[in-house]
Amino acid sequence: MILAPVAAIGRSTLGGLAALGRIGLFLVATLSAALRPPFYFREFVHALWVIGYNSLPVVGLTAFFTGGALALQIYEGGSRFNAEQVVPSIVAIGMVRELGPVLGGLMVAARVASSIAAEIGTMKVTEQLDALVTLSTDPMRYLTVPRVLAATFAVPVLVAVGDSIGIFGGYVIGTGRLDLNAAAYLKNTADYLELWDITSGLIKGAVFGFIVALVGCYFGMNSERGAQGVGRATKSAVVTASILILAANYLLTELFFSA
Amino acid sequence: MIELRGIHKAFGPNRVLRGVDLSVPRGESMVIIGGSGTGKSVLLKCILGLVKPDAGRILIQGEDATGLDRDAFLARFGMLFQGGALFDSLTVWQNVAFRLLRGAQKRPKAEAREIAIEKLRRVGLKPEVADLYPAELSGGMQKRVGLARAIAAEPEIIFFDEPTTGLDPIMAGVINELIREIVVEMGATAMTITHDMTSVRAIADDVAMLHDGVIQWTGPVANMDAAPDPYLQQFIHGRAEGPIEAVR
Repeated sequence: MILAPVAAIGRSTLGGLAALGRIGLFLVATLSAALRPPFYFREFVHALWVIGYNSLPVVGLTAFFTGGALALQIYEGGSRFNAEQVVPSIVAIGMVRELGPVLGGLMVAARVASSIAAEIGTMKVTEQLDALVTLSTDPMRYLTVPRVLAATFAVPVLVAVGDSIGIFGGYVIGTGRLDLNAAAYLKNTADYLELWDITSGLIKGAVFGFIVALVGCYFGMNSERGAQGVGRATKSAVVTASILILAANYLLTELFFSA
Repeated sequence: MIELRGIHKAFGPNRVLRGVDLSVPRGESMVIIGGSGTGKSVLLKCILGLVKPDAGRILIQGEDATGLDRDAFLARFGMLFQGGALFDSLTVWQNVAFRLLRGAQKRPKAEAREIAIEKLRRVGLKPEVADLYPAELSGGMQKRVGLARAIAAEPEIIFFDEPTTGLDPIMAGVINELIREIVVEMGATAMTITHDMTSVRAIADDVAMLHDGVIQWTGPVANMDAAPDPYLQQFIHGRAEGPIEAVR
């Protein structure tokens, strides 16, 4: 009786690890499918459009408000030791290294992992995946590979756009509300930002995009029957993709910036 | 000719197929009947390789199905799924011509569209339907599109999974007639699973009854009514009393 909560923790830990293992196997299957023809270019372009272009408003708005809030916070914190002039450089570095890729990735996880899981899950429960196979088309190559590749290419671009909009958000708040000098703000941003700050964020974006589409496809293809099954698959896809993004973010930050 | 020898399949503790032996001669129309959940769909999916049997052999024209080149193997099949299983992101004609737009049987787009429209006409649909999406069609029309897709690449073997489920009796009759005509016209080997006895009488040359994971009875449709098998008789007459336990 007393051990019940502990057992529950153990069960969910084991369940989580098993799911991670299955996603790992799915990753291997995806890569091996990607390396063998045919490649469905039209599906890839369509996925680029749906994952990339259609996510622009969400990612842009998130970045704008985050940049603005960041400027306010840093101004407030910096003013405690007369260091208000650090606002532009910290907004820029904070956006391109961390907040741009992570928040962009999380927004894409919410928007894209869910829609991929729901779409493929519905295809599974309505036998469309079986129909694909009977029409000599491998669902991994036709559905998974184009989406995973498209997300891996599209999310870094989204992150780059989000970075710019986030810095712009900081600029708008910094100059409009906090009375910082506009020319000095821009000069400060440009002077302190290094190429690696930007590149590291874009690499993170590519990894997050890969995770989002892979997890979405995995849960869609393994969806259980019925509306409830698809609902569960969608929820699991968003939760798992978000957690994996945050974990990967820590690992990549450790890899890029420690030492 | 399709030959099944000792097919076993279990899902966890649930032993669905327990040694199915069945042969379908070339150009014949075999209908498999049996209650819900007796494994009829699983049997078709085993033949197509969508479900891997635990034991047994599947021979197509004498060759082991597992040893054949998968794409070439599947190119010989057409299947009409229970719910149609149309791809809802594609228009009707792109669904019908799916196989003709990609892969080994790829044709120029205009030609594929022409074939699709001809197949749609064959199943009684007007060319105007071609550019609609599946969601815009009624259930009966979706079945017809599914049928057109199944026959688009002129397969040797066609499977029909519950072709009349969810249709009104008249539409069911139309679909039954279409299936019969098409199978005869194409000279294809057909396997249909259903529990609709009207369908059985309209489509079948031969009937096999699946019960308890094995083929309980098989023979020509003409012998079905006179067969002494109590399971078969209970099923075809829809009696609640008999050797098959009905859950009330």
